[in-house]
Amino acid sequence: MRAGVHSLTDVQNKILQSHRRFAEDEIAPHANAWDREGRVPREVVAAMGAAGHLGALIPAEYGGTELDMTEFGLLNEAIGFGCSSVRSVLTVHSMVSQAVTRWGNPEQRRAWLPGLATGEQVGAFALSEAEAGSDVAQITTVAENDGDGYLLSGTKRWITYGQGADVFLVFARHNGRHSAFVAGRDTPGLTVVPIDGMLGTRASMLAEVRFDNCRVPRSALLGRPGFGLAPIAAAALDVGRYSVAWGSVGLAQSCLELSLGHARERRAFGGPVFDHQLVQRLITDMATGVSAARLLCLQAGELVQGGAPTAVAAVWMAKYFASTSAFRAASDTVQIHGAYGCDPDGSPQRLFRDAKVMEIIEGSTQIQQTMIARLVPYEEKRP
Amino acid sequence: METVKAKVREFLRGYIADHEFADDEDIFASGYANSLFVMQLIYMVEREFQITVGDEDLEFDNFRSIDAVARLVTAKSAVPAGT
Ligand SMILES: Cc1cc2nc3c(=O)[nH]c(=O)nc-3n(C[C@H](O)[C@H](O)[C@H](O)COP(=O)(O)OP(=O)(O)OC[C@H]3O[C@@H](n4cnc5c(N)ncnc54)[C@H](O)[C@@H]3O)c2cc1C
Repeated sequence: MRAGVHSLTDVQNKILQSHRRFAEDEIAPHANAWDREGRVPREVVAAMGAAGHLGALIPAEYGGTELDMTEFGLLNEAIGFGCSSVRSVLTVHSMVSQAVTRWGNPEQRRAWLPGLATGEQVGAFALSEAEAGSDVAQITTVAENDGDGYLLSGTKRWITYGQGADVFLVFARHNGRHSAFVAGRDTPGLTVVPIDGMLGTRASMLAEVRFDNCRVPRSALLGRPGFGLAPIAAAALDVGRYSVAWGSVGLAQSCLELSLGHARERRAFGGPVFDHQLVQRLITDMATGVSAARLLCLQAGELVQGGAPTAVAAVWMAKYFASTSAFRAASDTVQIHGAYGCDPDGSPQRLFRDAKVMEIIEGSTQIQQTMIARLVPYEEKRP
Repeated sequence: METVKAKVREFLRGYIADHEFADDEDIFASGYANSLFVMQLIYMVEREFQITVGDEDLEFDNFRSIDAVARLVTAKSAVPAGT
């Protein structure tokens, strides 16, 4: 059994190990190269599709694999173990898949889900703008009614996999409220401008996505007008947060395994650095953090699967704890590796940069610190 | 109907402790309803009353007040006998 994986049942462990094999064969060996090149090859995304991973949240009738939330979580841990950039693609694609599954009408589901399920079409989530991140209601992209369709105008920024995505879930101001639209990449008026060299998840192919009088048909409106931010974006972000929480567990697990390996092999002052108690303390904190984060994620998964109202708070907590402890783990991994930790050819520096991103996306650490406090009183009143 | 209203009232109290909503009071007009609130409200009615809120139910009038949510839940729970 791998370090720290004892919080799983035998069945869960088998599922994790099978996803880990995929990650170890197809993803992890290339993660540093993809990070340097700033891109994940499309074949890798296609392999994710072929393995059924991109259909994880799509019903079987549309070709999806319809995983339960715990298995979806374990998948995210495994992919996050291999490469956070690939896990980011899985995250945003799953958010789009969830939104269309949940809020799409029958025609929209038939139109989009089969392609999303196989990965023939990859989805991206276009909410943030230069002037609107945490405060999503500040977005200025607008949708105007135009005959039997809509005209979208505005610019979305930092859109994960924007460079490669085929389908965008776009949020815009619409008649004084916010609505959600699904737009294909080849829609006239939609332009993708790559953003390269991000601090972390460098291979996740971010882009600025511009809408210049971009006309979409009436069938592009997802859900009813005015419900774009709630529940559509909010529910998708909930899925994203859950995915990032588990991805952070995978990232921290990778830190733990690398650190154990290096500390046992590297010798200083007459023995392995592992024998020094100050190093043991770093590894103890890392192992404890991974286990605790995984337990919070498992709890969140059970609550989400059961549809419990308390699931929302549980997911926020899991993401808050998992992302902050992953950043600590990555920082300590660089420390334990010394110069090797800073070396451009090594994984620790990539993990460190990727881990910082986990504290910013899908609700920053500070937003979580204020939200969880506000969610707690509601939970306490429940029997 | 009354059970639904009681549940919605309890939910609202958990969220907004310092305001007691009247059954027909506009929750959105109160300024209390942010995106997380609406999502949690939907999760709560789905869980408590074993219904699924779908695309066709996304109308503000369905969530505007305690009365409105009770009407939505009652209408959606009215499954014909034998199914
Ligand atoms: C690698 C990467 C990938 C991304 N991918 C996507 C994507 O696919 N789709 C998409 O739509 N967006 C994406 N984003 C954008 C991301 O969602 C935003 O960066 C995030 O929401 C934070 O918003 P912001 O960057 O504008 O920071 P701001 O909201 O400007 O926050 C700046 C700082 O202020 C703090 N702060 C803000 N409000 C409060 C408050 N109320 N209380 C306390 N502190 C506060 C924040 O914690 C942060 O530290 C991505 C970002 C990154 C870095």
